[in-house]
Amino acid sequence: MRRYSLRGVALVYLASILVGPLLIVFWRTFQHGVGPAWDALSAPDTIHAFKLTLIITAIAVPLNTAFGILCALTVVRRDFPGKGVLNAFVDLPLALSPVVVGLALFLLYGRAGWFGPWMTRHGIQFLFALPAMVAATIFVSLPFVAREVVPTLREIGDEQEQAARTLGAGSWQTFWRITLPSIRAAVMYGVILTTARCLGEYGAVAVVSGRIQGVTETATLRVQERYESFDLAGAYAISMVLALVAVLVLLTTNLLKPKEVA
Amino acid sequence: MLPIAALVSASRQGGAHGFWQAITEPEAIAALKLTIGASIVVALLNAVLGTITAWVLVRDDFWGKSAVNAIIDLPFALPTIVAGLTLLALYGTRSPVGIDVAYTRAAVVLALLFVTLPFVVRTVQPVLEELDTEMEAAAASLGASEFTIFRKIVLPNILPGILSGVALALAKAVGEFGSLVIITGNLPFKTEVSSVYIFGRLESGDSAGAAAIAVVLLVISFALLLSIGAIRHYATRYDRA
Repeated sequence: MRRYSLRGVALVYLASILVGPLLIVFWRTFQHGVGPAWDALSAPDTIHAFKLTLIITAIAVPLNTAFGILCALTVVRRDFPGKGVLNAFVDLPLALSPVVVGLALFLLYGRAGWFGPWMTRHGIQFLFALPAMVAATIFVSLPFVAREVVPTLREIGDEQEQAARTLGAGSWQTFWRITLPSIRAAVMYGVILTTARCLGEYGAVAVVSGRIQGVTETATLRVQERYESFDLAGAYAISMVLALVAVLVLLTTNLLKPKEVA
Repeated sequence: MLPIAALVSASRQGGAHGFWQAITEPEAIAALKLTIGASIVVALLNAVLGTITAWVLVRDDFWGKSAVNAIIDLPFALPTIVAGLTLLALYGTRSPVGIDVAYTRAAVVLALLFVTLPFVVRTVQPVLEELDTEMEAAAASLGASEFTIFRKIVLPNILPGILSGVALALAKAVGEFGSLVIITGNLPFKTEVSSVYIFGRLESGDSAGAAAIAVVLLVISFALLLSIGAIRHYATRYDRA
């Protein structure tokens, strides 16, 4: 009896908070057929927003992957003073408000900021342009690869790496032939999480982008803009695409997970 | 790291006095109170419901369990702005189930519940999986009631997991922005949380004021991160010996 009541509580809770809202949006998007949804998605500004989101993601994900692996290797394989602090800093973006991240970049590169005047003099448009949006996205999606790779690196130990070294492999060769293949699943998992975060980032990008329609408006910002212009159909349609991507991400991560256990 | 330094320095532009004035602004205080209050409510709800969900996922067995297990992570993958919009579609003015919480404080709690849902489940689940059922069986054979078994055997084991999940949820809730902008309407003194307040300050050109509140949030985040580290340290105290 207790088992069933607990199961009921858990399922009702999940249904009302997670599944229900998504289904409603799905239904609302297509309640007047596919036509209006398609029209909303093919508006030039919307297409531009999606393109911009993809460009930012394409820049941020490879950079964060490289950085994440490097960070994980440093934290696990080396010992140095201040390691704990580095560890805490890598996790900081997870705990920090995206608005605070955006604000920090704004203050650093803004007109009165530390680097702002120098950039204005050299004609570099950072804030309210692609560079700032990429920087904000990199910042918020920084920890994912490192967090996935660190436990795997710990688990596999460094015996194989040492063996490779004694056989005369350079550190570069050791990394490509020994380390990378054994952490591949973790890296993939981290990359998927990073991609999801990049595609969906809102707060930090909202602060540094200036939200200029058709110029610096990403897909998530476009959802907000459509909603505020009372174009619910448009907002729902874009949301639906983003939600589908999220579901896809979930499916992929679930396919990857069992392999890690084995 | 540099951005953080710039943030701290900007918050001190107006001196200690300016900083103090910025964070004691009535609207700022109202926002901060709401942020912390709602986050604590959400964290407590998460502690209970998250633990129940984790328990059901580990100990119970039913058709479709793996699908349920998969959707737990949905809030991590779904863009926060989309989360806000979907919640509004079901619990807003045009709610098909007749629950309208749009632009109220309940909406703040609802949105925060959504975005923090996975944390406690995902920190408790692995611990429960590893927990040996023999201890519980032994306790039951000695005549302990189900409640006593939970309180004396299960709870002490999963408590560190619950606590670190709660701390993560708190950190996320305190800084949440995207899911709140649409559903709460951002009414000052009523549904405006700190991150939205920061955004508003910045848009009206008061970057020093925005930075001051941001530093407060930053300190809270850091404190929570450190406490998670401390919980982990405490939980593994026997393994490290």
